[in-house]
Amino acid sequence: MRTRHWVITAVSGVAGFAVAALAIFFVAGAPHIGHVGVASIGGPFTLVDDTGKPVSDKTLAGKPYAIYFGYTYCPEVCPTTLFDLTRWIKKLGPDADKLNYVFVTVDPERDTPKLMHAYLASFDKRIRGFTGTPAQIAKIAGEYRVYYKKVPSSDGSYTMDHSSMIYLMDADERFDSLIAYQEKDASAVAKLKNLASQAPTS
Amino acid sequence: MRILSKLVFIAALIAAAPVAFAQGTGAGKITVEQPWARATPAGAMTGAAYMTLANKAKTADRLTGASSDVAAKVQIHEMKVVNGVMQMREVAGGLAIPAGGSVTLKPGSYHVMLMGLKKPLVAGQSFPLTLTFAKAGTISVTVPVQAMGATGGGGMSGMGGMQPGKSGGMGKMEMK
Repeated sequence: MRTRHWVITAVSGVAGFAVAALAIFFVAGAPHIGHVGVASIGGPFTLVDDTGKPVSDKTLAGKPYAIYFGYTYCPEVCPTTLFDLTRWIKKLGPDADKLNYVFVTVDPERDTPKLMHAYLASFDKRIRGFTGTPAQIAKIAGEYRVYYKKVPSSDGSYTMDHSSMIYLMDADERFDSLIAYQEKDASAVAKLKNLASQAPTS
Repeated sequence: MRILSKLVFIAALIAAAPVAFAQGTGAGKITVEQPWARATPAGAMTGAAYMTLANKAKTADRLTGASSDVAAKVQIHEMKVVNGVMQMREVAGGLAIPAGGSVTLKPGSYHVMLMGLKKPLVAGQSFPLTLTFAKAGTISVTVPVQAMGATGGGGMSGMGGMQPGKSGGMGKMEMK
């Protein structure tokens, strides 16, 4: 009886340890990030903007920026986020011009510069759209630790799973903070204001 | 005519537009309450429609599909944000509506996904939507389009207490 008890305890102990180890593995290995070292987010990229012009990380240099990854075929999260961002930009007032705003597609196959340009006309004009080849998108997504995945639909089309937060980066392209999906206005605007306050004075 | 205008007036007063004027074989067994959609950005190829489906029948039913003039294809999807990642999936086998119960399709959850939009959904306008149920058959409703960022007025704030102008696609929509 006692032996059996011990066996059960040992087994559940091992199982518990395995579960804990798995949990740590998944949390640590998860594609999105809660707290990440400053150095590990962001990096060089080459893409095209929504007017078809080539852009790179140098295009954004000199101003802090808000960068968001999504796609135009997204029915809810992306338009809502861009709509929220548009409202926050308005609330920033003159500070708004101290920042750059970028919407990077995770669906480069469908999101042409032309489509992104038409789409972004519905939001604040300062939000720029970046797209590129699938390889270029994979590179920048990797640098920003953005998770995205194509999910086939029954009719042969697809949707995209993707990270839903806005990354705030300083003027030296270092990670500052995140704005979560549907974050409250006060908190999001405070983060953007703080970011704008770090803008180099010209 | 007088009755009709009276009805319209009452509906405007209630503002929550509780039950859409529904047509089709399923009307009566299933009610479609407060259908609405969000305005879509220019050039957007997808949109979403939301509503509450109430099942008055004694047996469960399923929303298996839908169609609309405004979209090439319509599917039933579920959206969630898991650990900061937005996930969207087609609801396999249709969306169950329990006997005597209801299901609310709303942002951050189930929605009727309009794919291949033929033109943008514009706030203040409306479009037809036909829902197909496994048992009840079809129900056609008119879906009013609210502003981008609207939260639907209905489902979110529960019963009563609706403010005119905040819901149902009547009057001016507020941005949050």
